[in-house]
Amino acid sequence: MTVTSFFETAVPAPVAETIALILVLLGAILCLSAAVGLLRFRDVPSRLHAGTKPQVLGLVLICLAIAVSQRTIGGMLLGMVIVIPVILLQFATAPLSAHMVGRQAYRNGTIQKHSLVADEYAESKQTPPAAG
Amino acid sequence: MNPLLIAILVIFGIAAILCVIRIVRGPSILDRTVASDVLLTEVLCVLGADMAINGHTRNVPVMLIIAAVGVFASISVARYVARRDNTTP
Repeated sequence: MTVTSFFETAVPAPVAETIALILVLLGAILCLSAAVGLLRFRDVPSRLHAGTKPQVLGLVLICLAIAVSQRTIGGMLLGMVIVIPVILLQFATAPLSAHMVGRQAYRNGTIQKHSLVADEYAESKQTPPAAG
Repeated sequence: MNPLLIAILVIFGIAAILCVIRIVRGPSILDRTVASDVLLTEVLCVLGADMAINGHTRNVPVMLIIAAVGVFASISVARYVARRDNTTP
């Protein structure tokens, strides 16, 4: 079996299509769970907690589906190479926005103080950052 | 039509409608920001699902740009939102 024939080995079309559809369905269910969490939870950090699930895991599942839907093994590798920049960019930027929104929610007072288990930010506010 | 495909379409539609409901109702602007961020992520997922279902890779540049610049909306709103005067916590 040469290298070329290995890269051209194709998964049967109905199998690849079904696997891709199931992966996309899982991503869609994650999006739905995020939306339900947005409606059901009561303050900004818990809504943020619900909302950041499809931003990472859902996108990874759908990108895997894109790679699987290329059918041949070489096509799958090429598809992975195509979608990996998208995943890396999303990994880099999703925590950034969640951090900014969460910190501003804390300062704004739009959180439920009694639901916090640990509040390290309040302790760090009492001592200035350069106090040593 | 494949029943899996119908389920995917229905679930994406319901999720988008729920996000829009939270954007309309959200008590504070930060709630609206989080909900619009989720809606943008869902647009990203729908573009990817279109590629996976129809078997092409034409939407990748759009996904790349959305993943790169979608963060600026949340950051700018969170940076410049007015600090509420909570003298009675």
